[in-house]
Amino acid sequence: MKNLKLSLLLLLASIFTFSCSDDDNPEAVNEEEVITTLRLTLTPQGGGTAIVLQSQDLDGDGPNPPVITPMSAQLSANTTYDAIVQVFNELETPADNITLEVAEEDDEHQFFYEFTGAANSSASYTDADADGNPVGITTTISSGVVSTGNALTVTLIHEPQKDAAGVSSGDITNAGGETDVEVTFSYDVN
Amino acid sequence: MDVITLEYLKLKYILQTLLMKYFLTILAFAFIHLSFSQNCKYIFLGEVIDFHDKTPIIGATIYIKNLDKYVTSDVDGKFRIEKLCNGEITLVISHLACVTKTQTFVIKGDMAKTIALEHHIEELNEVSISAKAVKKNTVTAQESVIKSEVLKKYSSLSLGDALKEVPGISSINTGNTIVKPMVNGMHSSRLLIINNNVRLQDQDWGIEHAPSIDINSANQISVIKGSGALRYGGDAIGGVVVLNPARMILKDTLYGKTIASGQTNGRGFSLSSSLNKTFESGWFANVQGMVKQNGDFEAPDYILTNTGMQSQGFSINGGKKTFESGFEVFYSFLNNKIGILRSAHIGNIGDLVDAINSQEPFVVEDFSYDINSPKQEITHHLLKGLYYKRFKNFGKLSLQYDYQNNQRFEFDVRVGDDRDKPALDLNLQTHSVMADLILDSNLNRKMTFGLMGRYQNNFANPDTGVRRLIPDYDKYDFGIYGTSEWVINGKLTVDAGLRYDFNRINAKKFYQISRWEERGYDTDFSNTIIETQGSQYLTNPIFDFHNFSSSAGLKYSLDDDSYLLANYSLASRPPNPSELFSDGLHHSAARIELGDLRLNQEVSNRISASYNLDTPNLLLNVDVFYNRVNDFIYLKPSGIEQTIRGAFPVWEFIQTNASFYGIDVSANYEFTNNLQWSNTTSYIKANDVIEDKPIIDIPAFNTNNAITFSKPEWKSFSASLKSEWVFEQNEFPDFNFETFIASTDETILVDVSTPPPAYHLLHFYAEATIPISKQTTLNIGLNVNNLLDTNYRTYLNRLRYFADDLGRNILLQLQLNY
Repeated sequence: MKNLKLSLLLLLASIFTFSCSDDDNPEAVNEEEVITTLRLTLTPQGGGTAIVLQSQDLDGDGPNPPVITPMSAQLSANTTYDAIVQVFNELETPADNITLEVAEEDDEHQFFYEFTGAANSSASYTDADADGNPVGITTTISSGVVSTGNALTVTLIHEPQKDAAGVSSGDITNAGGETDVEVTFSYDVN
Repeated sequence: MDVITLEYLKLKYILQTLLMKYFLTILAFAFIHLSFSQNCKYIFLGEVIDFHDKTPIIGATIYIKNLDKYVTSDVDGKFRIEKLCNGEITLVISHLACVTKTQTFVIKGDMAKTIALEHHIEELNEVSISAKAVKKNTVTAQESVIKSEVLKKYSSLSLGDALKEVPGISSINTGNTIVKPMVNGMHSSRLLIINNNVRLQDQDWGIEHAPSIDINSANQISVIKGSGALRYGGDAIGGVVVLNPARMILKDTLYGKTIASGQTNGRGFSLSSSLNKTFESGWFANVQGMVKQNGDFEAPDYILTNTGMQSQGFSINGGKKTFESGFEVFYSFLNNKIGILRSAHIGNIGDLVDAINSQEPFVVEDFSYDINSPKQEITHHLLKGLYYKRFKNFGKLSLQYDYQNNQRFEFDVRVGDDRDKPALDLNLQTHSVMADLILDSNLNRKMTFGLMGRYQNNFANPDTGVRRLIPDYDKYDFGIYGTSEWVINGKLTVDAGLRYDFNRINAKKFYQISRWEERGYDTDFSNTIIETQGSQYLTNPIFDFHNFSSSAGLKYSLDDDSYLLANYSLASRPPNPSELFSDGLHHSAARIELGDLRLNQEVSNRISASYNLDTPNLLLNVDVFYNRVNDFIYLKPSGIEQTIRGAFPVWEFIQTNASFYGIDVSANYEFTNNLQWSNTTSYIKANDVIEDKPIIDIPAFNTNNAITFSKPEWKSFSASLKSEWVFEQNEFPDFNFETFIASTDETILVDVSTPPPAYHLLHFYAEATIPISKQTTLNIGLNVNNLLDTNYRTYLNRLRYFADDLGRNILLQLQLNY
């Protein structure tokens, strides 16, 4: 009987607690692993001004499209650039450098660089994970010949099949996995 | 003069002296006078009546224990026992279909007593006399009952699989372990699932949220198409699924069963056991438990990596139930851990295109029992207390309280520190109270009234580090209903009912300011903003809904073997939290899903008719229906949005007017006592009448034929071969869209709409029952599903873009009844 009373009391108390929790506002969720920003820095080998390409999407899956700067990058013809890619979560202050996580789990990630247009540009990997497969945080990019309206698509794949045909040489076709970032930059080669 | 008379005279003299001396009462005199009398001359006049309506019970047997004599009640329910002495007599009154009653009377001279027996126990649905009785919940609705003999075949599967026994019932799946039942093309919030008289509250809004039900806890399942069963709720636009545990048997007995099974596909096992103890006094206790595990399932050509599942559940139930009053306490627990096909986790549209174009899933690994991300972990607790009391010549009042706690974790493929953190962590708690009053003193004019109150709280844990898909909310529901059932004459029964429901949903939700403005909420809902946090608004939308529902129908017996049913029902369903508040990327579908705060309730008007024939050789049931749903809520693509992950199609919840109509047929024909053929066929057509387009996700025409050979003499042996033929769905809305693939510089069509081709499967089932002792039998069942290992994909499986459905599965099942 005592137990019954006690449990009834607890029940009432719990209902009361539920009803009272009404006034507490929920906390906002800080999105932790969201990538808002991809920055690709191209430094010409043998000196010169670095070119920074950036895509920034601060509302994530919100309605605003990513902001891409510059509208169209200007590369020098027949030049090899040392490229480094970085990804950030700028919803956190200071911005969270997610490149570090990618580097830490480099066997589960790979950046792909694909070019369209008349420039005939190309990229080659200069880094590798513990298995000797490329990661693509650092690459060298050859600009190719003079042309306008070229496009470079940078894709970060989580859990790609790095052993599949062509994947380690940068062909995304058989990579599988899932896309964490897919950004397209326009550029001219002068 | 004999000795006794002499003694008597002596005594009388002494007594008279004493009387004079001590003024003893006349009563005392009489008492002593009698106790020495051998002259038993008193008469007991009894009348046996029906407890619930006071009508006489004719032909009841009255056994007078002390005298070892029998009498029978006459046409007025009366009986007469003569030559009784004073003192106690014990009568045992019994009658066909009544619970036998033993009653003791103290005889003090002639007396008359009324004894109430209950003659309509089966009809009044309280306790069961026989364990096998099939009990329907409705009179004029399209209701089909799946009995325990059939349910046992699904012990290792799910509720959604078992319900497909009924024509018109299909399922919408995410893989093969997340199976949501679909009634005449409707699922999720349009279906009510009632488990032991408790409406299941388990976040049923999502297609990938399977009902939190262990099928082994049910002894009988009823599927009611449409909203005719008003006492369960007024929003059953699709229908109601009612799961009932075994009914109480008023006997001193202990019984139970254990089902063990093993299967080749998924290399899984399942074990389920139940034990029931009942007493003639009405006390009872039941326990039931289940455990199952499967590893990766297999399609004919490859392993479906990460599709294993683990499930544990148990329920306990106890109380005292008699015809006149009773109480019950019920608790059930279920824990499901379900792996989702690894290849179905995709990042953007490009991945989806690749998946659709690839014949095989991208990730195929060796068989494993491991369940990795993506996966779901769901726990469901249900606690119920029930009390009822029956009043003579009036009816029955029952009161019920129930509490449910549903915890859902969904794990995505994540990186770094978040790897083991759920991406979704929702806790839904529901308290309900119900009071129902059944007035059944006149079985020809039954009435039921009821009240319902419910409080629900949803908590979305922010620790996931992922923006909430469903916000925190409090929901309040209140319902009141009345139904009535008239037996007009031997051929015609009519029923009708009315219900009103009030719902209030009070949510606290964060919106990205960009989304808030894009939706146009800044003009309509700016008063709901509580505060601004960075790029988000915290808002407090509160919505009230008033819902009316009603139902009316008739059942007309054409002759002894056949009847007709006709029913009209009106149902009204308020939008669910997902339809109101969704806002974000749905990973497995690679689309952005947006709710709408402006949605109002959908209203269904459903007309149905059935013909049922039951002859010794032929059983036939034909159901037809037309369901017009105004403001039907569904997801429709509306455009494409760019994100840093690439482009995503946007699907919005919108409202339209829709019409659904169809026909479901089931037939069973016995060629001989040993050979029978059965068929279930269903066809449904659904249209958006405003846009003149088909509705998405409607099951295609399908027909199942089975030939069964049975030989009761051979240990109840039976074997059947079943053909399942599902046509290609030709009526579907074209929601395909084009997307630009930057890496290859081309625009391609993303075909998310075209249904897969038709398929035909063969299944084999055989069983036999071996008696082991007087009380114990062993049933052995062998089930081969997809006998020919056919490759197929089903339109109503959300993973059809990624992989084939299951290949051949051989399942051996042993059931021990004791």
